[in-house]
Amino acid sequence: MKSTIRLVATMTLSSAMFSGYAAAADITGAGATFPYPLYAKWAETYKAKSGVGMNYQSIGSGGGIKQIQAKTVDFGASDKPLTLDELNKAGLTQFPAVMGGVVPVVNLPGVAPGQLKVTGPLLADIYLGKVTKWNDPAITSINPGVNLPAQNITVVRRSDGSGTTFIWTNYLSRVSEEWKTKVGENSAVNWPTGVGGKGNEGVANYVTRIKGAIGYVEYAYAKQNKIAHAAVKNQAGSFVQPDDLTFKAAAANASWKAADGFYQILTNQPGKDSWPITGATFILMHKKADKPEQSLESLKFFDWAYSQGDKLASDMDYVPMPDNVKKVIRDSWKQITDTSGKPVWK
Amino acid sequence: MSTQLSSSTQKPRTNLDPLFRLITRCFAFLVLALLAAILLSLIQGATPAIKHFGLGFLTNASWDPVAQEFGALVPIFGTLITATIALIIGVPVSFGIAMFLTELCPLQLRRPLGVAIELLAGIPSIIYGMWGLFVFAPWFADHVQPWMMETLGAIPGIGLLFQGLPMGIGVFTAGLILGIMVIPFIASVMRDVFEVVPPMLKESAYGLGATTWEVVRHVVLPYTKTGVVGGIMLGLGRALGETMAVTFVIGNAYQISAGLFNPSNSIASSLANEFAEAEGELYLSALIELGLILFFITFVVLACSKLLLLRLKAGEGKES
Repeated sequence: MKSTIRLVATMTLSSAMFSGYAAAADITGAGATFPYPLYAKWAETYKAKSGVGMNYQSIGSGGGIKQIQAKTVDFGASDKPLTLDELNKAGLTQFPAVMGGVVPVVNLPGVAPGQLKVTGPLLADIYLGKVTKWNDPAITSINPGVNLPAQNITVVRRSDGSGTTFIWTNYLSRVSEEWKTKVGENSAVNWPTGVGGKGNEGVANYVTRIKGAIGYVEYAYAKQNKIAHAAVKNQAGSFVQPDDLTFKAAAANASWKAADGFYQILTNQPGKDSWPITGATFILMHKKADKPEQSLESLKFFDWAYSQGDKLASDMDYVPMPDNVKKVIRDSWKQITDTSGKPVWK
Repeated sequence: MSTQLSSSTQKPRTNLDPLFRLITRCFAFLVLALLAAILLSLIQGATPAIKHFGLGFLTNASWDPVAQEFGALVPIFGTLITATIALIIGVPVSFGIAMFLTELCPLQLRRPLGVAIELLAGIPSIIYGMWGLFVFAPWFADHVQPWMMETLGAIPGIGLLFQGLPMGIGVFTAGLILGIMVIPFIASVMRDVFEVVPPMLKESAYGLGATTWEVVRHVVLPYTKTGVVGGIMLGLGRALGETMAVTFVIGNAYQISAGLFNPSNSIASSLANEFAEAEGELYLSALIELGLILFFITFVVLACSKLLLLRLKAGEGKES
């Protein structure tokens, strides 16, 4: 009897201690869907090591920005960086977490993955509905030796608002003046033509089913589902294949500065190895933390992710930030302070 | 002892009755309050868009998040067209099912078939959407659509409807999937109301030499028309508001064309697609106004069905 009581008492005590501990330390975040699988994996591994859990809701970049402004989460996440003005207005600071690439995918029987070559202006013309046949001279002239059918091109794009669409339309705006004035860049735009699939899986499904289709998906998605991608001509004039090396090359040529909130859109970067449609995903935090201990836990989590999480990221086909950029990011954390102005991160 | 017991049970009853009535009344009014609250918050959320676009919102066919210019014509069109196709397909099939189950089906088959229909109603809509996209659309694109475009598409007039890209997705597929989805709702309501027709009426008609069809047409349907219309309205309500299944197969393009094989968009799927990433007050507000319009369409449909029923009832009096 006595031992039973003791057992019950210990169990209650330990569970109370455990739950109290967990409630105080768990980090909450919300936002972009693109990095969600990686954040979830990082959180799982981090919890096993440190005991601190991270609860991330992938509600979309727009939602992430709203949630961090309303202070309902410890950090927000967005695929579309905020400008310095927007950051200052909301009292936020921003840093990139991880990178990824967007790749054009096609369904052309007889054309091997990576065999088809396209240029940025050509992609823009296809998405504007100006180039409508696969044997159009604009395509055949840069693809000698590739057997291109006289088939209609079916344009496939995202139907839901997405950071992937933002990167894609940003690239098209940078390489085509007509796209920039007629359509522009955003997480959702007024598409001149084509059908919309929901999510990467929706686009991938349409492309694999409709003969003569062209679409765009995140690199990880194209690779894991073995969908034929196209090589794209970059700013330096060379046709490059999408892989982690060309994504890294694009990031290396960018100048990451804490002073402008790491505002960098990695599309159409210089460098002969740079993949032209690369993007980073960003973390947003309040500069003046109401709950400094929660901000510190969040920063500890990302510190761990930068130092230990690279392999997990590469395994899942994301691209880790270059080491020199990580150092600049860690330095930038000094601007996050508690209410009295003391830096949270030491 | 026994008097004590009866007095003790009666006393609280007299006290509790008004309280009970009050509580149930509160629950009933809670529904009204909820409805009013939802309507108010929709109107409040939509106010910026209503102020900015005015009535032109309803007739504008462009949807441009970059230029912040929004119009509801395409989603309204898509919603109404897909729901219409759903009813054109769903109502006759449901009617056939209900008629078979109540008039023609062997007794031992009735229960299993009835349960199967009710189970269909319980399948989550996303399953219908995924089935539509992954299973139905490829088969439809390869085997049915080319044939439909060649034969039906060649008919002058009507043929215009059967044009477009044979991709398996589009307005027609969305309507077809919706049709399948509303069948269990309409069929089970119809079956239930057909079953309450007094056997004596039917047997009298059979005794006079009526065929099964004549019995259904002249005895069962007139007796149950209120319930039948109610069942159809229930199905229409579901078709108008269905979100996930439509999002998967409608193609999600802001365009209107006569060809039913072309992609378009519906109100519910626009909301599902764009709400999470909608940035800026006007964009969000335009989406909420779309929700308000759907609310309004549903209300009008419901009001029309009530009017129809009232008319039917008035006609009933005159005939007899």
